[in-house]
Amino acid sequence: MKAAADMAPALAVDRSRPRSLWSDAWARLLKNRAAVFGGVLVIVLILAALTAPLIAPFDPIKQDLRSSLQPPSPTHFFGTDVHGRDIFSRVLHGAAISLRIGALGTLIGATIGITLGLISGFYGGLTDTLIMRVMDVLLAFPGLLLAIAIVAAIGPGLENVIIAVGVFSMPEFARLVRGSILSAKQQEFMLAARVVGARDVRLMTQHLLPNVLAPILVLATLRIATAILTAASLSFLGLGAQPPTPEWGAMLSDGREYLMLAPHVATFPGLAILVTVLGFNLLGDGLRDALDPRLRV
Amino acid sequence: MFQYILRRLIGLAPTLFGVTVLIFLLLKVVPGDPARMVAGPDATLEDIALIRAELGLDRPLWVQYVSWIGDLLRGDLGTSTRTYNPVSYEVGLRIPATLELTAISIVIAVIVGLAAGVIAAIRRNSWIDYTSMVVALLGICTPSFWLGLMLMLVFAVWLGWFPTSGRGSWEHLILPGITLGVGAAAIIARVTRSSMLEVLNQDYIRTASAKGLSERATILGHAMKNALIPVVTIIGLQFGYLLAGAVITESVFAYPGMGRLLVESIGFRDFPVVQAILLIFALQFALINLAIDILYAYLDPRISYESRR
Repeated sequence: MKAAADMAPALAVDRSRPRSLWSDAWARLLKNRAAVFGGVLVIVLILAALTAPLIAPFDPIKQDLRSSLQPPSPTHFFGTDVHGRDIFSRVLHGAAISLRIGALGTLIGATIGITLGLISGFYGGLTDTLIMRVMDVLLAFPGLLLAIAIVAAIGPGLENVIIAVGVFSMPEFARLVRGSILSAKQQEFMLAARVVGARDVRLMTQHLLPNVLAPILVLATLRIATAILTAASLSFLGLGAQPPTPEWGAMLSDGREYLMLAPHVATFPGLAILVTVLGFNLLGDGLRDALDPRLRV
Repeated sequence: MFQYILRRLIGLAPTLFGVTVLIFLLLKVVPGDPARMVAGPDATLEDIALIRAELGLDRPLWVQYVSWIGDLLRGDLGTSTRTYNPVSYEVGLRIPATLELTAISIVIAVIVGLAAGVIAAIRRNSWIDYTSMVVALLGICTPSFWLGLMLMLVFAVWLGWFPTSGRGSWEHLILPGITLGVGAAAIIARVTRSSMLEVLNQDYIRTASAKGLSERATILGHAMKNALIPVVTIIGLQFGYLLAGAVITESVFAYPGMGRLLVESIGFRDFPVVQAILLIFALQFALINLAIDILYAYLDPRISYESRR
């Protein structure tokens, strides 16, 4: 009796604070200083992107040739480019563009990839073989090349970059989901769901998908970093955003012509890309460690 | 072993088939009628129809594909629509430059990455470990085109140690080589470190130390050999990615390789060249991956060559 009485408070404490995978992970994430730093970077970037039209001191597109190529100063924190545009304002507006490409591209890739992965892993057989073969073909182009090939076919421009980034991200999601489904499918809760008469779509969306949500979240965060880097690379090569869009990669490409005269033109957009990619990577690594300590690389 | 290689080669066939179909279709989607472009602005409808028949564009898609593949297999990559030279000639001129660049990058990446990874693992949680891992993280996050420009600014423009761009002497290779190699070095360093840490925790390492073997002999003779197996895979994968990275690095340094030719050709809508370069990159990537798998099977005797049941 005494033992039970001793245990009662402990049980009460446990009940008052429900512990789920997500709340545990959240606690672990907050303890990870690198991940918190990454998260703060991401939040600051999102705020900068949302408020750019309000806080940017100058118009990002309007030219003012009298103040061309000025070095950084109290008026122009990051200096001006050859058309006299304030680089700080352009970098702020660029945050909105890059985050939009990163988020939308990853969203498109994740949606299609997850769907294909679910179907592939769930049905197996010929469907699985066909889908995964197509993914193999997409993965046969190393790194950026698939995105370059797509943009070469459908033409440059922001919308097309988003499509290219989406297709480029898709195979990773398909593979990840298929792999997780294959192991989740064997478990007893699936048999139970089947026995009570759940249909295929319900089995996939209600029972299998929640089981693979954690790795999907980790991959998506990391893929946003890749997507932003890819989009900036395409724009740098002249295959993405076109002038006068204040896209970071395109700004850098402009800046290389004045590297000797005004190195700041190329410096700041590059730093912005670096900070953004760093933020998402740190956050993604932190999420992975928090959600599944076994996955640690 | 021979059977294993053969089976892997056969397994490659469907993917390569898919790659050719994709490349063929991608450039069929391109807006604009090639026959109309060749015919010029004053051509009549009959002229255009004639040219279309001459180019074989009136045939069903799959017939066009088969004839394209037939040409490829005979080594005919088509004719550049920009220079009117055979594509094989145009691309052939650029291949050595890209191979040179990727070779020097992978050498830089392997030396720096391995050294940093091993030292970081041995001196775990020391300032050397932290510094190299922070640098590695920055190396992964830094856009290569920006790093290239910054290196160019400091070492070519300000210090004048290296030429800013172009190809010729070995000095031309240093800055592009570093630019291209940094990302790979960073990833190799990370993987080497974690692989070494895992091996250093094994019992046989403790046994080796316990029997009085020097740290140097333990690490070089016992730990390295086993820790390197996963590293080999990563090096191979990175080698493949370097090919793609060369597209950017070559553009930054105006280096006349295949990557720059690819970007230029997209700009000029010179699609036969674009197709050929995409195909070469994909083929190289596939062969590198195959070579890595074979090397892996050779290094790790636990991987069986027998077909899986």
